[in-house]
Amino acid sequence: MNSTFLHQARLKRQIWLDMLFRGMTRLSAFGVLALLIAIIFSLVVGSLPAIKAFGLGFLTSSEWNPVTDEYGALVPIVGTLVTSAIALLIAIPVSFGIAIFLTELSPRILRRPLGIAVELLAGIPSIIYGMWGLFIFAPFFADHFEPWINDHIGTLPLIGPFFSGPPMGIGILTAGIILAIMVIPFIASVMRDVFDVVPPMLKESAYGVGATTWEVVWKIVLPYTRIGVVGGIMLGLGRALGETMAVTFVIGNAHELTKSLLMPGNSISSALANEFTEADGELYTASLIELGLILFFITFVVLSLARFMLYKLGKREGQST
Amino acid sequence: MLTLYTRRRIANVVGLLVSILAMGFGLFWLCWILWTLLSHGLPALTPMVFTHMTPPPGSDGGLLNAIMGTMIMSVLGTLIGTPIGILAGTYLAEFGQRGWLAPVTRFINDILLSAPSIVIGLFVYEIYVVHVKHFSGWAGALALAIIVIPIVIRTTENMLRLVPNTLREAAAALGAPQWKIINFVTLRAARAGIITGVMLAIARISGETAPLLFTALNNQFWSSDINQPLANLPVVIFQFAMSPYEDWQKLAWAGALLITLSVLTLNILARVLFRQSATTH
Repeated sequence: MNSTFLHQARLKRQIWLDMLFRGMTRLSAFGVLALLIAIIFSLVVGSLPAIKAFGLGFLTSSEWNPVTDEYGALVPIVGTLVTSAIALLIAIPVSFGIAIFLTELSPRILRRPLGIAVELLAGIPSIIYGMWGLFIFAPFFADHFEPWINDHIGTLPLIGPFFSGPPMGIGILTAGIILAIMVIPFIASVMRDVFDVVPPMLKESAYGVGATTWEVVWKIVLPYTRIGVVGGIMLGLGRALGETMAVTFVIGNAHELTKSLLMPGNSISSALANEFTEADGELYTASLIELGLILFFITFVVLSLARFMLYKLGKREGQST
Repeated sequence: MLTLYTRRRIANVVGLLVSILAMGFGLFWLCWILWTLLSHGLPALTPMVFTHMTPPPGSDGGLLNAIMGTMIMSVLGTLIGTPIGILAGTYLAEFGQRGWLAPVTRFINDILLSAPSIVIGLFVYEIYVVHVKHFSGWAGALALAIIVIPIVIRTTENMLRLVPNTLREAAAALGAPQWKIINFVTLRAARAGIITGVMLAIARISGETAPLLFTALNNQFWSSDINQPLANLPVVIFQFAMSPYEDWQKLAWAGALLITLSVLTLNILARVLFRQSATTH
């Protein structure tokens, strides 16, 4: 009699502990959700003064004047988008090549160390890229490449105006190139992972009917993994859009809208990094926070699309095996 | 006139050559950056770096307070972020089969994983710094914790999923309650992987600059008061590198080398550790 009572008490305690543990994990998972809502909410609240003062005009005005308290987000938004576009333009083909090399070409012994090397490139803190860009790459670029760009591409019709300007080394093009170096490892490692998903049977069948390695990659691997590849690219884009330190060092921090990619510009994240702690006045701070909100919104959309595509590929992988 | 076969072979060779070049291109930057760091950082890395405070321009000094500050905030950030991350990751892997919470959390977590870190700095500024009205080490640690959480959630969930279900069933058959199964069987089986994730998270936050700019700010002097602005390596590097003073720039290189070496060491250690445990299982 007494022992069954004890037994039941013990069981009850375990059930209670089970519920407690489950509740704790659930609360933590819920915390992630709450975190996202809190981030959006606090950014909206922080930028309210600017939203009230400028409305939608904030997005299209290129004015940025702390003296007259006039702010517009056009210059940083354009800077963020243009630098990221340059980065992707360079990073996509290179990452594709790296992923092909790692999955199809590399000798087995080299595959692991090279894969780690690429991941190390991803592990280097972004401030290091920025410093290297400012002290080493920008002067080098100004001395050896920008005069050439000016003479050869800058004189072309149509695209010429984009590539002519003083060879300062610092500017939108430099920032884009540094960003490219930064996102290459991210895109390459996602591409490598999705290329590994392709069933060997498919590839071997193609080899069996006489396809060359290049044809297998181009006509079998790439079509099969297309969604995942695009997802990886979007992931890289998300990184590039939000990257702060690497860009801040080399973009030049100039609130001017210029046609030339060789001229200094500004991006959302570098405007924040440079000006936020020195911003005085409610409207100035609020405008900067609104910039942050815009950045968060853009990256949120891009990253959501990226994840959506990668999930889709993952689902297909689940079906085929 | 080339035959189709020759054209296909040429396309093949050209394509493969280009991909080899791409690999070389990637490695080229890694080597160049590491070389730059070593050649600029090593001469600047004197014993004084570890024994003196950050100096005013024109005089000698080191990075002691910055190194301490970075360590304090990284440790605090990890301590705050890791338990939450492990718990949430456990929920996703063990309890999340039904309902809307798990898929939504997973999705949001994947987004937070690559959300711009500067926005996280802004967020902490808005919810904490604005209210206490001064920058502080705690705010910095909080921002770093927010970066740690998604990384730990991701690895915890992935590692728990690798634990074979038979292990859970065996424990359940012995009559163990679920909290015991998870804490003493599955989490323990996934331990090496989770530790790897935490190490990667530490590697990530010890180099983060952007979220600290608006939270911990910087402090030129020795301070172990976490409630005050706290010096930290990334922000010191940023300020010193952007300054026109040569001795400050030198210190920035020393700091950059230190950070990179520790981040890369952590990265490699984490991988080696994980591989070792994976082969012994």
